[in-house]
Amino acid sequence: MGADFVQLSLTPILIGVLAAVACAIPGNFLILRRQALIGDAISHVVLPGIVLAFLVTGSLGTWPVLAGAAGAAVVAALMIEAIKRLGRIEPGAAMGVTFTSLFALGVLILEQSDTSTVHLDVEHALYGNLESLIWLDATGWESLIDPTALTLMPPELIRMAAVTLLVGALAAVFWRPLKISTFDEGFATAVGIPTRGLGFALVIVSALAAVAAFDAVGSIIVIAMFVCPPAAARMMTDSLERQVGWSIVFAALSAFLGYVIAGYGLTWFGIRAAVSGAGMIATVSGVILALACLFGPHRSRIGAPSAS
Amino acid sequence: MTPDGSAAKVVEEDPGLPLAVRGMTVAYGEKPVVFSVDARFPAQSMTAIIGPNGAGKSTLLKATLGVVPSLSGSVSVYGQPIAKARHRIAYVPQRASVDWDFPARVVDVVAMGLYRELGLLGMVSRKQRATLMHCLERVNMADFAGRQIGQLSGGQQQRVFLARALAQNADLYLLDEPFAGVDAATERAIIDVLKGLKAERRTIVSVHHDLSTVTDYFDRVLLLNIRKIAEGPTATTFTAANLQATYGGRLAATQINDLGLAHAGA
Repeated sequence: MGADFVQLSLTPILIGVLAAVACAIPGNFLILRRQALIGDAISHVVLPGIVLAFLVTGSLGTWPVLAGAAGAAVVAALMIEAIKRLGRIEPGAAMGVTFTSLFALGVLILEQSDTSTVHLDVEHALYGNLESLIWLDATGWESLIDPTALTLMPPELIRMAAVTLLVGALAAVFWRPLKISTFDEGFATAVGIPTRGLGFALVIVSALAAVAAFDAVGSIIVIAMFVCPPAAARMMTDSLERQVGWSIVFAALSAFLGYVIAGYGLTWFGIRAAVSGAGMIATVSGVILALACLFGPHRSRIGAPSAS
Repeated sequence: MTPDGSAAKVVEEDPGLPLAVRGMTVAYGEKPVVFSVDARFPAQSMTAIIGPNGAGKSTLLKATLGVVPSLSGSVSVYGQPIAKARHRIAYVPQRASVDWDFPARVVDVVAMGLYRELGLLGMVSRKQRATLMHCLERVNMADFAGRQIGQLSGGQQQRVFLARALAQNADLYLLDEPFAGVDAATERAIIDVLKGLKAERRTIVSVHHDLSTVTDYFDRVLLLNIRKIAEGPTATTFTAANLQATYGGRLAATQINDLGLAHAGA
């Protein structure tokens, strides 16, 4: 593994790993709160946000896209809350209604405007462009200590790293109230934890992770990483701390193995073709989940309604 | 919840009074489930909140704590608005309100009672760990400290919840049906702990279902059926007439007779 690897594979793998970890961390809490679908919801609702941001600013630059997507995610989170409270509808249905209608709205706006001339298509949204996030200015491993080459790394890497660090830091700082309010919301409110604000913040942080990851690697990874690594991790341990640790390991492993198998793996079997890195990463995470379901030491009824 | 009026009222309350609720009204949709309830819970008393299913007993407790929103009503805890007195309250929710498959051990749940002491990032000290074990000993659950909570029986889960409340080291204990679906040994253990708390000059308010144990366990009752029917010492308030008024036709006269109560006014 030499210069080629550093140039073509190192940055996509790193970005994939960071995106997977950023989604997996909040995914642990979302699953335990039975809000696993929220990752799915967010990755759909960002479409109208991105389209509107493009219509307003006329640019598909990083910041307008991120702002539009984040705005749409906030609107979606508010809509889900409003539907739940006003219509007294169960959360899953509220999410379903919200994300399908907002996604449909995005498609309509996209159709009616002249945005179809720019690179904003469904394939890109689904698979992202992981393979294109290469580091052309790298000449080999030594580039990692070469300041000029480092400044020419794909900006997605820096952005994804910043978001992943932020998500990790927030999870660490608010760990205790998050854990308490996820387990027992009534008790959490009684001891003075602002549970509604915290629940909303969790959705916003998840949206931030989803939007950053979506931009780099597409929505398939986002949806898979919110659910698969945390669900697999739950089968490995009965401690929330260790569960989050396992989910990070599984997320990183999925991203690394998925990308390597997609890029190189098939040639090992004599197939001269490469498949989508994002698709393979999501597939690997699914395989890990299946293995954890079959062999994990603490298989339990995650996602099942409680017995009483 | 009303802006200025209630705030002024709260300040007037007696700092020696653990809990006072005024004009508490809660509605789900159009239908009121608790309507304009006033109640006072004196220091060192043990009060049972009694009423038929759907009478708003749990809701009254939750609205008092702000766990469910109220339409109107004010709450004062030791003479202060509740936001300033949360450290003095311990709350034991219904056991069935949480998912016991949550990845945590018994000791992790009890440690949640230290939240106000530890804050966001404080670590559990050796002394606090000893406190947690002591709380588990008080409910006879010390041997289960490292056990995954999903492996506990209903009674054991209830005792873990009580141990968490003990870890809060509060002055006012609010419990929501602590005896629901527990075995006799657990019921005994819980009532011993509650009586111990009372002896330590603490105040207990509990939603309670079993009319046959009211006179044994509690020295005060609050009879509730959406509205408050009566409140006061068990001896004078837990009467056949009041029960009839609370339960209406839902409680047969023979059942009331079985309680061996004096008739109204006696």
